[in-house]
Amino acid sequence: MHLSTPVEQVKLIDRFSTSNKSLTGTLYLTATHLLFIDSSQKETWILHHHIAAVEKLALTTSGCPLVIQCKNFRIVHFIVPRERDCHDIYNSLLQLSKPASYDELYAFSYNPKQNESKRLQGWQLIDLAEEYKRMGVPNSNWQLSDANRDYEICESYPRELYVPRTASKPVIVGSSKFRSKGRFPVLSYYHRDKEAAICRCSQPLSGFSARCLEDENMLHAISIANPAHHYMYVMDTRPKLNAMANRAAGKGYENEDNYANIRFQFVGIENIHVMRSSLQKLLEVSGTKALSVNSFLSGLENSGWLRHIKAVLDAAIFLAKAIAVENATVLVHCSDGWDRTSQVCSLGSLLLDSYYRTIKGFMVLIEKDWISFGHKFSDRCGQLDGDSKEISPVFTQFLEGVWHLTEQFPQAFEYNEAFLLQIHEHIHSCQFGNFLGNCQKEREELKLKEKTYSLWPFLLDEQKKYLNPLYNQDFSQKLVLLEPNTVSFNFKFWRNMYHQFDRTMHPRQSVFNLIMTMSEQNKQLEKDFKELEAVRRMSLERSLFKIQIGFLRTRIDPTGDGSTYHRPQHAHSVTTTRWLFFFFLSFFAQPCTFVSGMSIVAKYCHLF
Amino acid sequence: MEFAELIKTPRADNVVLHRPFYPAVEGTLCLTGHHLILSSRRQDNAEELWLLHSNIDAIEKRFVGSLGTIIIKCKDLRIIQLDIPGMEECLNIASSIEALSTLDSVTLMYPFFYRPMFEVVEDGWHSFLPEREFELLSSVTNEWRLSYVNKEFSVCPSYPPAVTVPKSIDDEALRRVATFRHGGRFPVLSYYHKKNGMVMMRSSQPLTGTNGRRCKEDSALINATLRAGKRGYIIDTRSLNVAQQARAKGGGFEQEVQYPQWRRIHKSVERYNILQESLIKLVEACNDQSHNMDRWLSKLEASNWLTHIKEILTAACLAAQCIDREGASVLVHGTEGTDSTLQITSLAQIILDPRCRTIRGFEALVEREWLQAGHPFQQRCAQSAYSNSRQKCESPVFFLFLDCVWQILRQFPCSFEFNEHFLIMLFEHAYASQFGTFLFNNESERSKLKLPQKTMSLWSWVNRPQELSKFKNPLFEANSLVIWPSVAPQSLQLWEGVFLRWNRSSKFLDEAYEEMNNIIEYNKELQAKVNALRRQLAELETDDGMQESS
Repeated sequence: MHLSTPVEQVKLIDRFSTSNKSLTGTLYLTATHLLFIDSSQKETWILHHHIAAVEKLALTTSGCPLVIQCKNFRIVHFIVPRERDCHDIYNSLLQLSKPASYDELYAFSYNPKQNESKRLQGWQLIDLAEEYKRMGVPNSNWQLSDANRDYEICESYPRELYVPRTASKPVIVGSSKFRSKGRFPVLSYYHRDKEAAICRCSQPLSGFSARCLEDENMLHAISIANPAHHYMYVMDTRPKLNAMANRAAGKGYENEDNYANIRFQFVGIENIHVMRSSLQKLLEVSGTKALSVNSFLSGLENSGWLRHIKAVLDAAIFLAKAIAVENATVLVHCSDGWDRTSQVCSLGSLLLDSYYRTIKGFMVLIEKDWISFGHKFSDRCGQLDGDSKEISPVFTQFLEGVWHLTEQFPQAFEYNEAFLLQIHEHIHSCQFGNFLGNCQKEREELKLKEKTYSLWPFLLDEQKKYLNPLYNQDFSQKLVLLEPNTVSFNFKFWRNMYHQFDRTMHPRQSVFNLIMTMSEQNKQLEKDFKELEAVRRMSLERSLFKIQIGFLRTRIDPTGDGSTYHRPQHAHSVTTTRWLFFFFLSFFAQPCTFVSGMSIVAKYCHLF
Repeated sequence: MEFAELIKTPRADNVVLHRPFYPAVEGTLCLTGHHLILSSRRQDNAEELWLLHSNIDAIEKRFVGSLGTIIIKCKDLRIIQLDIPGMEECLNIASSIEALSTLDSVTLMYPFFYRPMFEVVEDGWHSFLPEREFELLSSVTNEWRLSYVNKEFSVCPSYPPAVTVPKSIDDEALRRVATFRHGGRFPVLSYYHKKNGMVMMRSSQPLTGTNGRRCKEDSALINATLRAGKRGYIIDTRSLNVAQQARAKGGGFEQEVQYPQWRRIHKSVERYNILQESLIKLVEACNDQSHNMDRWLSKLEASNWLTHIKEILTAACLAAQCIDREGASVLVHGTEGTDSTLQITSLAQIILDPRCRTIRGFEALVEREWLQAGHPFQQRCAQSAYSNSRQKCESPVFFLFLDCVWQILRQFPCSFEFNEHFLIMLFEHAYASQFGTFLFNNESERSKLKLPQKTMSLWSWVNRPQELSKFKNPLFEANSLVIWPSVAPQSLQLWEGVFLRWNRSSKFLDEAYEEMNNIIEYNKELQAKVNALRRQLAELETDDGMQESS
C-alpha cells in the first residue's frame, strides 16, 4: 500500500545548525514506524502515531525538503534527493499518521510477547477501589453509589462513584440533570486527617436564573459530609468572563444565594483553544534558528504558556490550602469538568498527599483523575483523524506543573523527569490501551483490557530508570502539604520536554544521571560488601583450622592489583565459588558459620 | 581617629532588624569604623549581624512618628531594614552609614585595618606571580620570554612589571609598540594552547587615527606569533562602526593592508554603563515579587542581561574556535583592552584549558587575566545595582564574567573543581571585602601603596583546607577536553544563586544538594571498604598459597 523500497541518500538536517549540518542515510517506512539509518548505523525511529504534521517544502538544489513535526516535540527535517520519492513518503505519512478508526492504532497490533495471564495481571495493577479504600472511603460520610452502574446517568463518568451518604438517588439523578453532560458532583479525593474532600463536577445549567433543588441538596450533602462543615468552596476554574458568557447558553455557575454556605471562587484558567494556540506559539519561538535571547523571552511571554502553567498551579495551591489549612471541602468544576477540573484536582491532591509523589501513586492519580473521570485523551491528543479544534495540551500542562514542583522540591518525589517524559510519550504513542478513547465506557466497548496491554506494568518493570536518587521518604512524611512558591521567576521554560530531542541544547554532563548511577552502584556495593565480609569471616575461620588445599594456588584478585574497583559481576562469583569449597570443609568443624554463609550458597549453587 | 567624627551616635538600643528569611530580631545596634553590628544579646549569638560598610550600596530613610526606618541595600544584592526608635538617632546613624560606606580614601578601607584570625599557611600575594606562570610556559615552549620592560610601570601603567612577549621582540621594540597602542597596552601573551602551539594575545586598540598611522614594530610583534604561511585572527570586541568612529579620537583598528596575515572579525560586546544599567534593571525585576508572568518576562528581557551573557560567550567561543579548530593564533582587543577583552580571553581559556577549571587554576586565571592585566576593579565595582550616585566608571564586567563561568559550569557540571559558591564568593569580594586582593585598579597602584605588605590576600584565606572544602565540587572529574558551551537562549539561565538569593528560600534545593553530596561520599566510602576487603582476601589467599608450598 505504501512505499515499497527504502529511499537512499536521504539527508537528515540538524534543525538548529546555522551551517546546515546533516547526516546522510536511508529512510524506511514500516507499518508502524518511520526509520532512518544514517551512515554510522545510528537509528532514528519515529512512530507514525507521534507525527503531528508533515510538510513538504519547495524543491531545492539538493533535493526535496520534508519536515515532520511530532507530538513529542521532535522535529525532523529530511532532504530527499528525488521529488517523486519525497511525494510518496509525504502521502504515505499523511495516511499513516491519521488513523481513521481505533482498530488501526498501534495498541491493537503491539505484541510484547507476554503471556495472557501476565497481560491481564498488568491491567489489574492499578485498582481504584483499592485507592478509595486507601483514602478512607467508604466511611460513615461517604459511600459508593450505584447510580451510574450502567452509565445510565453519565456516560463520561466511571461506573463506580463515591458520593455523600446523605445524597439520595433522586438527589443524584436530579443534580446530574442540572449539570452539563450529566457530570454531577462526586468525590475525587478524601483527606483522611482533615475529613475534607475534593469533589468535582461540570458547570450547572443555571442560565440567568434557573435553580435546581436536588443540585442544591447535593452540594449541601457534600458540605455536611465534612464534620467541620461551616462552609465549602466552589471553585470555578474558568475566567469569570467565560463563565458569564456560558449563562447565555443556559449554563453558567452557582449563585451563592441559592446554595447554603458555599464560598464561590473563580480562578481563571483559560480554555483548551487558548492553550492549544499558546503551545503553538511557544513551539514556533523555540523552533527558530539562530534565536536571540530577546526574541526568545518575548516569544515566551507572548505565547502566554508559563502564565497558563502558573494559573493551573495557583489554582491547585488554592485548593490544597483550603483543605489543609481551613479543613474545608472544595468542589471544583470548569465547563465540562474534564480538562481544567482534572488538572486542578490532580495537582491539588499531589500537593496534599505524598502517595501521589511515588511512582505507583502517580499512576493511580492519572488513572483516577484523568482516565476514569473521562479526560478526552483521544480527542485532546488527536489520536484519530478528527476535529483538530479538540486537540489541546491539557495533560502536558499537568505534567509540566508536576515538573515545576519537582524542581522546587527535588527530594519530595520518588520519580524523576524521565518518568514524566515517558508518560507524555505514551499518551500519544497509542502503543498501550490506557489512554485510548475518551472515557471508560468507550474503553470497555473497545475491549481494551482484552486486546491491548496496560502501560503501567511496563513502566514499573523499568522503574530503575524513573527513580529519583534524591528522594527522601521522611521528607515526604514530614512535609505533608507541599507549598510551592509561585512567584513568576520560579517558572522556567521546560527545555527537557520541548527540546527533548535537540541534544545540543542540553548540558553536556548530567548531574542527575551521574547521581542515579552512583546511587545504583551504592546498592550493589553494599551487597558486595556484605558478601565479601561473609567470605572473609569464613576464610579467617578456615585459617584457624589451617586446612590446606593444594589446588588453590591461583590468585584470587581478578584485576591483579587488588586496588581498583571493578563491578565484579564475574569476579566475585569466581571468588565465592572457590571459597565455598572451604566453606563446606569448615562447616563440619563450625556449624554456626552455616547460617551466615547459607545465602551465598543459595545464590551461587548454579555455578557448580 | 577620623572615624569617630563620622559616628555621632555609636549605638542605639531596641533596634529591630528585618532581613530575608529570618524573623525580625530586636537588639542593640553599634556602629564602628568599618562595621554595622546588631547584637540581640541572645545566648547563642545566632542573630548577630556584622555588615561591612563597604558592602552598603545605598540607603533609604523613612519616618513614621518618631520611629525611623533605614533600608540598607547591599552590594551583594541583599536588602535589610532597621527600625530605630528616635528620630535623631536614626538620622545620625543614617548619615554615618552614608559617610562610612562612601569613604574617599582607599587607605581608610577595612583591608588596611583587618587582622586575620587565622594562620596564614601560604601568602596569597605570592601564589600567582608572573614568574611562576612563565615557568609553566617554558616547560612547553621556548618561543617566549618574560620582559621586565614595564618594571617601573613607565611603559604601560596598567600592566604588571613582567609580561610575556615573543622572544624575537626586544624591549626597545616593545616601547615603540606601546606608544602605538591605547594606554600603552601592547600585545602580550594571554594563553598558549599546548595542543597545537597556537596562542591568544591581548592588547588595546591601535592608535591609527584618521590618517592611518602605522607602526612596523606592532605588526612585527604580532606576526612573530604566526607560523610560516599561516593566518591569524584579530577579534575586535567592538562593532565595525564603533571601531571606525574610534579613529576620530585617535584610536582605530588594524587595516588589512598593514596586517595582511590577519583576518579581523568584529564581535560586538556591550560595555560600560550599558552593562551597569542592565544589572540595575535585572535586579529591580528580580526584587519585585508582585510581577505577573508577562511583566516578569518582559522585564527580564528588557534588562538585556542574558543577551550580554550570550554575546560574551559567543565571542569567547569564537576565539576558542579559532585557536582549537582553525589552528590559528588570535589577538583580542576592544578599546582599552581592560574590560570586554579580558572577558573574552579569560572565558576562552575556561573553554580550552582544563587547568582553568580547577580551583587554583581559576585563581591563577583571575590573577593573570583580571588583576595583573589591569581590570580597574576599584572603578568598576565601586557601586552595585542599587546606587543612585553613579559615576560613569561602574560596570559589572567581572560580574558578567562570573555569570558566564556559571553558565558553562551548569552545562558541564562535572568538569569544574569548584562549585557555584566559589563564584558567588568571588563576586562578593570583588565588591566588598576584608582582603586587599580586589582593591585598586592595577598592579602599579597596588605596589605604590604596598598592598601585599599592608593587607591580607583573599587567596591566603581561601586556599586553606577548611575554606576550600566549601568550594569544592563533589562531582569533579578532571576533563582534559575542550568544552564547548551552548549559547542558545534555551540553554542560558538566570543565575538564581545570585539574583534570587535573597528573594526566595533555597532550603529544599540546599537539602537536595547535601543529599547529593551524601550519595557521593557514601559511594567513595563503600568503594574503599570493598577494595580493602578484596585486598585482605587476596592476602589471605597468598598466605594460604605460601603455607601450602612450604
